[in-house]
Amino acid sequence: MTITNARTAAPSSGDRAGKRRRYRGIDQLGGLDRLVIILMVVVPTLLLIWLVWFPAVGSVILSFTNWDGIGPLSSIKFIGLKNYVDVVTIYPPFWPAVQHNLIWLAVYFLVATPLGIFFAVLLDREIRGTRIYQTAIYLPVVLSLALVGFIWQLIYSKDQGLINGLTGSTIDWYGDPRFNLWAALVAATWKQTGYVMLLYLAGLKGVDPSLREAAKVDGANERQTFFRVVFPVMAPINIIVLVITVIESLRAFDLVWVINKGRNGLELIATLVTQNVVGEASRIGFGSALATFMLIISTVLIAVYLRIVMREQR
Amino acid sequence: MARPSTEAEYLARMVPSSAAGVSRRSVLRGALGAGALLAAPPLLASCSSSSPSGSSGGGTAPATGTVSLGSNQSDATPKAAVQSVMDAFQKANSGLTVKINTIDHNSFQENINNYLQGAPDDTFTWFSGYRMRFFAAKDLAGDISDVWGNISGMSDALKKASTGDDGKQYFVPSTYYPWAIFYRKSVWAEKGYKPPKTLDELKTLGAKMQQDQLIPIAFADKDGWPAMGTFDQLNLRINGYDFHVSLMAGKEDWSGDKVKKVFDTWKGLLPIHQTDSLGRTWQEAAQALQQKKAGMYLLGAFVAQQFTKGAEQDDLDFFTFPEVDSTIGTDAIEAPIDGYMMSKRPKNEDGAKKLLAYLGSSDAQNIAVKADPSVIATNDKADQSGYTALQKKSAEFVKSAKSIAQFLDRDTRPDFASTVMIPALQSFIKTPDDIDGLVKNIQQQKLSIFTS
Repeated sequence: MTITNARTAAPSSGDRAGKRRRYRGIDQLGGLDRLVIILMVVVPTLLLIWLVWFPAVGSVILSFTNWDGIGPLSSIKFIGLKNYVDVVTIYPPFWPAVQHNLIWLAVYFLVATPLGIFFAVLLDREIRGTRIYQTAIYLPVVLSLALVGFIWQLIYSKDQGLINGLTGSTIDWYGDPRFNLWAALVAATWKQTGYVMLLYLAGLKGVDPSLREAAKVDGANERQTFFRVVFPVMAPINIIVLVITVIESLRAFDLVWVINKGRNGLELIATLVTQNVVGEASRIGFGSALATFMLIISTVLIAVYLRIVMREQR
Repeated sequence: MARPSTEAEYLARMVPSSAAGVSRRSVLRGALGAGALLAAPPLLASCSSSSPSGSSGGGTAPATGTVSLGSNQSDATPKAAVQSVMDAFQKANSGLTVKINTIDHNSFQENINNYLQGAPDDTFTWFSGYRMRFFAAKDLAGDISDVWGNISGMSDALKKASTGDDGKQYFVPSTYYPWAIFYRKSVWAEKGYKPPKTLDELKTLGAKMQQDQLIPIAFADKDGWPAMGTFDQLNLRINGYDFHVSLMAGKEDWSGDKVKKVFDTWKGLLPIHQTDSLGRTWQEAAQALQQKKAGMYLLGAFVAQQFTKGAEQDDLDFFTFPEVDSTIGTDAIEAPIDGYMMSKRPKNEDGAKKLLAYLGSSDAQNIAVKADPSVIATNDKADQSGYTALQKKSAEFVKSAKSIAQFLDRDTRPDFASTVMIPALQSFIKTPDDIDGLVKNIQQQKLSIFTS
């Protein structure tokens, strides 16, 4: 969803803006160039503040209120940490949602991403029909997750679905809370794999072939070449893939929303936020508190990761 | 926007707002929405709530121009019903055109807050009960007390159901429908079933149906709200109408014995309910009844929408939820009222009021109930001779009831109904054993929501 898009835009564009500022100090530039650069820094910064930081800080502030979304801002009443206390103590869907988000992350990390990398490596070898495979694996990425949900509905449907039709089982894949999270994860992985594959394939194409040749000359086998030579060289792509894995698992939303609005075994933090904020309920304060939890989780994950990466690069 | 003074101005108004250029508000909304965090809706709402511009003069000249109607009746049958009513209105009022803006039923409800604070249509479909009073109290609905002066044939009870907390009217009732247990006459005649009068009889009947390879009670709760109907029926039978009202108002203890008894009784009935209900929509459950796989279905009369008009709908019959406690009886029923409201600052106030007055009239309702025979007219003067057997029975049923409740999500706060009750009822259906923990949790959340 937009939330994580916006959020990840924060560190990266901030970073970019910072670099430019340093750059300007060194260079001797003419008036027009200077103006262009000033604009290039100021405009994105303003957009960033307006589109990312203003809503982010706004929702953190709102999370301490009981606002119902109606009426002037002056009608907002601050109620301290009550929303947070309520979320962790008396809101039953919250802990399952956290758990499901973590499962989602684990599956993406352990299944979807390695699978995508594996496909990319295979396709990079220019096997016959590589374009067909490429298209087939990438196709789900083009579809929205909502559409993916519908497609898999045809497979999972209890009465008319493919699986139950072939096996004769009567499992309600999307409806039974014992199975529906895993059913949804299969569908999500189907899509995520293609995404990772494409990113990785693009990276692999950029690896200098002479490196491989050198490895071969040194007597390295395929596996050694990949893990000892190609993989380390691909570090920037690896970072992107990893960050995307984390982001995508946190922004998992549309698929489960299409299935059953994130209820009954498919609770995710993002769906809880939506259930509370959007709709007639309008528990804006409470929903914002949930959104803040998401903000904290993703910030922590990304900060930890960026720290490691930065340290390695130095 | 003021009333048009020139022809050009009048024509300009015909352009849909989406094409008529960009307002400050929509710029803000678009920009905020584009990069927004999930929590943007609060801010979005705050922008759109700032001083909506323009209001109608409300002159004395005959109403002309376009009246817009936001309709949540997106299913085929009710959508056609709305269309035919509006056609008749335009025929009767040559100067007025109605622009129907149909929005998917669930989306309409989900976006109602932003919709009403943004640029709503002049009139819109809505429900009576707390949900209506809520928007009236929040100053998002137009006062239409003067329209009520032109409506005849509405009972005092209906007027009361259309009145906000401040004593003014904000709502025009159109149609309603009762909740009851529906069954197919042909199936029951074949097997010799009789409508049960008490809970024990219902259980016996259920056991008999199971022997006959029928699902006794079709059941679906994927969308979260149909189970509220079961809860309400049991609550009305076990604790009565007054308790329902004060429970919905947040004045009762959800963890008390009375609510516990409702869930306990329900738990006893779950074995004769259709299993896997959390993955099924009400339409699918209704089809189980329609295909004679299920013997009964506790739902609103709109269940008839899943039956073909004519013989198949005539085969549909119902009985009220059986008695649980003889001191409480069965004279309280649920019959939610659907109707229309006016937005706070309609662009064409005169036209909107004229339309609303028409919608409350027996003429309009005759057309509506004919197009959708699962509902009945609220106006006493409506022609009942054209009613189907089911409509006649519904009308009789509602008339004989001593107290009429709306529905759980119409009688209580929307935040409580959707964020507390839906997950609670679903978790009860999943694991009906921990009733004490369940009601305790509902009570804690209720305290938090109703006192904040």
